[in-house]
Amino acid sequence: MPDDAVLREMHRQMVRSRIFEETLVGVYMEGKTPAFDIAAGPVPGEMHLSSGQEPVAAGVCAHLRPTDAVTATHRPHHQALAHGVDMKKMAAEIFGKETGLGHGKGGHMHLFSKEPAFGCSGIVGEGIPTAVGHALAFKKMGRDDIAVAFFGEGAANQGAFHESLNLAALWGLGVVFVCEDNAWAISVAKEKATAIANNSDRAAAYGIPGVLIPDNDPVAVYEAAGEAVARARRGAGPSLIEVKTDRLLGHFQGDAQAYRTAEQIAELEDRDAIRTYEARLAESGVLSEEQAAEVWASCRAEVEEAIAFARSSPAPAPEAALEHVFA
Amino acid sequence: MTTATTERLLTTSRAIAEAIGQEIERDEHVFVMGEDIGIYGGIFGATEGLLAKYGPERIMDTPISETGFIGAAVGAAVSGMRPIAELMFVDFFGVCMDQIYNHMAKIHYESGGNVTVPMVLTTAIGGGYGDAAQHSQTLYGTFAHLPGMKIVVPSTPYDAKGLMISAIRDDSPVLYFFHKGVMGLGWMTPNPRATGPVPEEPYTVPIGKADVKRQGTDVTIVTISLMVHRALDAADALAARGVEAEVIDLRSLVPLDREAIAESVRKTRRLLVVDEDYRSFGVSAEVMAVAVEEAFDYLDAPPARLAYPDVPVPYSRPLEQFCLPNADTIAAAAGALVGR
Repeated sequence: MPDDAVLREMHRQMVRSRIFEETLVGVYMEGKTPAFDIAAGPVPGEMHLSSGQEPVAAGVCAHLRPTDAVTATHRPHHQALAHGVDMKKMAAEIFGKETGLGHGKGGHMHLFSKEPAFGCSGIVGEGIPTAVGHALAFKKMGRDDIAVAFFGEGAANQGAFHESLNLAALWGLGVVFVCEDNAWAISVAKEKATAIANNSDRAAAYGIPGVLIPDNDPVAVYEAAGEAVARARRGAGPSLIEVKTDRLLGHFQGDAQAYRTAEQIAELEDRDAIRTYEARLAESGVLSEEQAAEVWASCRAEVEEAIAFARSSPAPAPEAALEHVFA
Repeated sequence: MTTATTERLLTTSRAIAEAIGQEIERDEHVFVMGEDIGIYGGIFGATEGLLAKYGPERIMDTPISETGFIGAAVGAAVSGMRPIAELMFVDFFGVCMDQIYNHMAKIHYESGGNVTVPMVLTTAIGGGYGDAAQHSQTLYGTFAHLPGMKIVVPSTPYDAKGLMISAIRDDSPVLYFFHKGVMGLGWMTPNPRATGPVPEEPYTVPIGKADVKRQGTDVTIVTISLMVHRALDAADALAARGVEAEVIDLRSLVPLDREAIAESVRKTRRLLVVDEDYRSFGVSAEVMAVAVEEAFDYLDAPPARLAYPDVPVPYSRPLEQFCLPNADTIAAAAGALVGR
């Protein structure tokens, strides 16, 4: 069981991610009403939010150092924040501003940071091989840093998943593969796409540990990740963790979610991991209601500051589009 | 050259392997990954002898997992290594293109320059030896079209070594194409131009600089890779007929040495582009566009091109040879441009 400070820190990470994303829901719709226009408003393009999936990021990243490399997906905010990526620069990138992580060239699916080491890919499954490479580099350099590859259950059906797990196991690399099973690949339910119930079972195919976390519980994630991270750090090789988590929102903002019912969505909201976790922390005396309220308030202030920074930052000079093709 | 007798001659494949070995010795971050690049020495010899010298940590045979190991090279490069990954045949890009053009080529740009991907991706191109549609293509144009990758395609042992060293030291991803026919392999049709003088000490050839392989005044032949050899043979034949062809070896496609093309065309006033890649929407059209944009007023004749027809590479010898430009067809096309 993690100590109280860790329990509280995981709570704080989940809350700040949730507030960041709930704020983005509103920001994203600015200028997009009454008729939805994906190109309009301060934040154009697709917007994939991770509300509901925070326990995975919080539980895994609690074990990481800034020099550990994290690769994420098209839905990367919770992991970026939990790994310590600067919220202001991240918000500015999402707003396409000069002060953003990529000076406005990447956008919300392409967030890159050197320290903390973080990257993502908008192509399902294709961020996983990069994590293998980070771990390979660490091994060659004699560093005990590790790599974490986050991906969804849809990605587990991509060839890149298989190639990456085989390579990491073959070469004994320090990678923790974390599958966030939110049950939906856009509109296709997992049971219509995957022949087996649990992707963690696939670990057996590579001779590595596979752990299933069935209930979106940050403490269970923390404990499984602790073992996997320790194993990776001591050079004993990769692990696969699968967490059954919940995507509270659509695949992207504007998704009418015709593929699932209002009752199904309400059911997910009823078991919201943050509220459930908060109640547990209150019950066990780790975090009082007042303390929880303080966390929410301070995270709200942090998010407001980040969004204000993004809004007030200058846009990049248009001709800067031609820079940074080559180093 | 007075030192001709002391010049050391190497095949292109040995020049490449020597360059990689010297960089491995110079920089502890350099290593090679690929299929059969270890004890086999690379199917086309680009890593021959390196495993025995530098061991399996620096010379890593991989499973047949191009997405996996090219993606791993990308990650390793981002984390500070300088990997060289080999895609055995360029024709295999279909199984791993996402790692190449969506990751290797874009991460530096997407990061606004904060993250670099200093890696080299080597791959074999070219036909002419009956390997048919999936093992014979010359697809550098496909990659040159996509931003974010430097593209080099040496034709001589000297350029091959210098460009490899430049590619390894470059902080951007570099695609290094070697034509099987320029490697000087014992199991390919003998090609005297695939062996040449190569200094022992490390040296660089600049990426993005073309090279005038033969001076001439009557017609410019712009080409690259094995077609440089064919164009030089054609130029010899043309000289016997009193036509002096200038042969420009582009050596790099990205960045393209536009000035070298324009300068030669302004001098000779006639342009023939020779390309083993497919004819349409590719390198030959790009070079002609440069001539039109930069030297239109100097042209005495419309630019012409000889390129691979827009058909998959056929197997049967007469079919394949019909499709490939050769010294005779190049000489005929260049001669037609000057009316001789």
